[in-house]
Amino acid sequence: MKLTNREELKKYREEAQKEISARNAEEIRVIVGMGTCGIAAGARDFMTAVLEEVNNRNLQVTVTQTGCIGMCEQEPLVDVQRPGEERVTYGKVKPSDAARIIVGHVMHGNIVEDLVIARFEEV
Amino acid sequence: MPEAGCAQPAEDVQMEKELQDLFAKWRGVKGSLIPILQGAQEIYGYLPKEVLLQIARELKLPPSRVFGVVTFYAQFHLEPRGRNIVRVCLGTACHVRGASKVYERLQDEIGVGDGETTEDLRFTLETVACLGCCGLSPVVMINDDTHGRLEPENLKGIVDQYE
Amino acid sequence: MQLVRAHVLVCGGKNCTASGSEQVREAFAKELEKKKLDQEIRLVETDCHGFCEMGPLVIVYPEGTFYVRVTAEDVPVIIEEHLVKGRPVDRLLYKAPVKEDEIPKYKELDFYRKQHRVALRNCGSINPEKIEEYIARGGYASLEKAIYDLTPEQVIEETKTSGLRGRGGGGFPTGLKWEFCRRSPGDLKYLICNADEGDPGAFMDRSILEGDPHSLIEGMAIAAYAIGCSEGYIYCRAEYPLAIKRLKIAIAQAEELGLLGDNILGTDFSFTLHIKEGAGAFVCGEETALMASIEGKRGMPRVRPPFPAQKGLWDKPSNINNVETYANVPMIIGKGADWFGSMGTEKSKGTKVFALTGKVNNTGLVEVPMGVTIRDIIFEIGGGIVGGKEYKGVQIGGPSGGCIPASLMDTPVDYESLIEAGAMMGSGGLVVMDETTCMVDLSRFFLNFTQSESCGKCTPCREGTKRMLEILTRICEGEGVPEDIETLERLGRVIKSTALCGLGNTAPNPVLSTLRYFRDEYEAHIYDKRCPAHACSALLVYTIDEEKCSGCGRCARACPAGAITGEKKEPHKIDPEKCIKCGSCIESCKRGAILRL
Repeated sequence: MKLTNREELKKYREEAQKEISARNAEEIRVIVGMGTCGIAAGARDFMTAVLEEVNNRNLQVTVTQTGCIGMCEQEPLVDVQRPGEERVTYGKVKPSDAARIIVGHVMHGNIVEDLVIARFEEV
Repeated sequence: MPEAGCAQPAEDVQMEKELQDLFAKWRGVKGSLIPILQGAQEIYGYLPKEVLLQIARELKLPPSRVFGVVTFYAQFHLEPRGRNIVRVCLGTACHVRGASKVYERLQDEIGVGDGETTEDLRFTLETVACLGCCGLSPVVMINDDTHGRLEPENLKGIVDQYE
Repeated sequence: MQLVRAHVLVCGGKNCTASGSEQVREAFAKELEKKKLDQEIRLVETDCHGFCEMGPLVIVYPEGTFYVRVTAEDVPVIIEEHLVKGRPVDRLLYKAPVKEDEIPKYKELDFYRKQHRVALRNCGSINPEKIEEYIARGGYASLEKAIYDLTPEQVIEETKTSGLRGRGGGGFPTGLKWEFCRRSPGDLKYLICNADEGDPGAFMDRSILEGDPHSLIEGMAIAAYAIGCSEGYIYCRAEYPLAIKRLKIAIAQAEELGLLGDNILGTDFSFTLHIKEGAGAFVCGEETALMASIEGKRGMPRVRPPFPAQKGLWDKPSNINNVETYANVPMIIGKGADWFGSMGTEKSKGTKVFALTGKVNNTGLVEVPMGVTIRDIIFEIGGGIVGGKEYKGVQIGGPSGGCIPASLMDTPVDYESLIEAGAMMGSGGLVVMDETTCMVDLSRFFLNFTQSESCGKCTPCREGTKRMLEILTRICEGEGVPEDIETLERLGRVIKSTALCGLGNTAPNPVLSTLRYFRDEYEAHIYDKRCPAHACSALLVYTIDEEKCSGCGRCARACPAGAITGEKKEPHKIDPEKCIKCGSCIESCKRGAILRL
């Protein structure tokens, strides 16, 4: 689909925004930092562990990726976003932490304190 | 004998076909020498002399030009290479965080030095100036996997994963 | 052997037993046996958890699910739902009061407090493989504004007013560069992005390419409109496979939406973008060498003038900027030159991304307004030196830059102040060094790099860096002579003023700046044959403190050269002739009896 004027770009943007806010209102999202640094620190293994936990428990969770946020020291980094709640970042996560984050935070909203780093302000 | 030399004729035919496809893809595109060399190296694992001559004919360039470009860039290789390419980062950040110890241990583990390939073609060891993962230094890249925060002790376990 | 796949912990503390934990435990034992799960799931009785008002407590591992006020009747449910089906039982779970407020916001972290993210605005928050996320955050609105509301001249004017300068090192005013190229005669002009981030210790461009490729594409499209280019190239180093992959996806998505290609957004502005993979040559970061490489030649620089703006790629007028520079452009057009100019110092506007690495606690990518001090970056954002060691200096700008000592850590980071201090912005690598880094060895490291990356075209760089490297190597090996320092300085000056390109012109910087600030270290190496940082192994002497040595023999066994001898339970000795100075003995000694002098 080609956008051929300003109106269409505007409409596309509004649709995208609507879709994203609908998604944020409904979906639980796990966002893994998948820059080269993150992957080097083990982000891919962590993501596999998360997917396994999610599949084993038959959860409706979107597992997705983002780029590098700059905190190399804390890699691998992962964010959890539950509908209507703030996006929370965990750092130095190991595959063995996946279960705690999934059961504790994703399913029940209990933030895993010893791994948490910060939260995004925007919802 | 190099790998390509003792390959089955069927494989030769396959590689030749891939090379022709590569030529077709870049025909008429300006500045195609380097992408063609990169593609040919993907196919053959290195750049055999006959392939370089074929490329020169295809692009209507003197072989000396092609050879000059190949030897200028660190990425191109005239000799067969190992199945696994181990690149040790010796960049600044890795340097100040002990990359030389990692490099020494790797040489012991693999048994070859910089730019060399093991006899069984399992590994080629190389050093690079920076892999851009300075936050995780020291870093080693094996094929496309980057391994960070290394200690000399971890290396054996990592190297063993690659056959 | 049967593997235990889960543990069920039942609290056996006094209060829990009082509230019925004994019955819960028995129920588990019975139920697990009945279901034949008693081999794979282990039941454990634990001590008091100190959370008695919620007892009896049951904790299921590996997840660490915490159940409260469990009764014997709940046990079959927990087993069936949780242990068999993997679905924790909601109603029994402990719900912590929401603690969101106690978690710091990003802005409250030391690492982010002083940061101001412009070029990195989306990195780490959007999915870089989805154009809709970029557009939802206002992406491509600046391109739209430029091509619909502004003339190319106005775009250039806005960029000039903003004060944006090249982020790749030189710091040339971006708008001015565009204007030169726009005014150059010719219909066909090329736009190039230098993404050949070869400086060791720099990865800011990689982060943008991987984390927010559309910001670069949009910035390039705006520049192309301003200059009048219909074709562009991104020259990206091959060591960044993920960056190349994400760029390809992003370009395809932008083309599909008509944001790249013919008649962008229905206007008569067309712009096609190609990716060129580098082939591993540092010198290709130099603009004329980079263009030679795109043309498929050996990547050697040539004499300027003519400048690329007059005669660049395939002899056509070309404009070349780096990734970070382009990534700033959409923000300038979107928010205005005044907004951009409000950040930074008088001559260095906006923000700069630095790659903070080395012996610092919080390594990472940092984007700060120009003009903050080195102290702020290293001690506030970076959290100080690893292991509480003494801060010695920072190497800024990679192999082209210089070392700034601890005494100058209040130097603001902007183009002019850094040049004055004998360094340069470069691409923005900051490698922090502590007392254990030897400055002579570091200079040798950089010279070794530039020397091996020298393309060999001009004599000062080809021969000069080689001679400098030889001298530095000699000094590090304890064979330096007094006149070496002067020779280094003279060679450095000559190379700086006579080399053909930026690589050569800046190659002596690490040596000259360390000579300026750390001359005493050179002198210690040359006159006293001593390395103050204990880093140059040839200058170290290993000895054993006889008072502390217990004669355990560990060091003698650890020594690969057989240099350590001594009777059992008697102090040992190191034979300096045999010692290869590997340090194995120090690591093996449990009493700290081996000294490195």
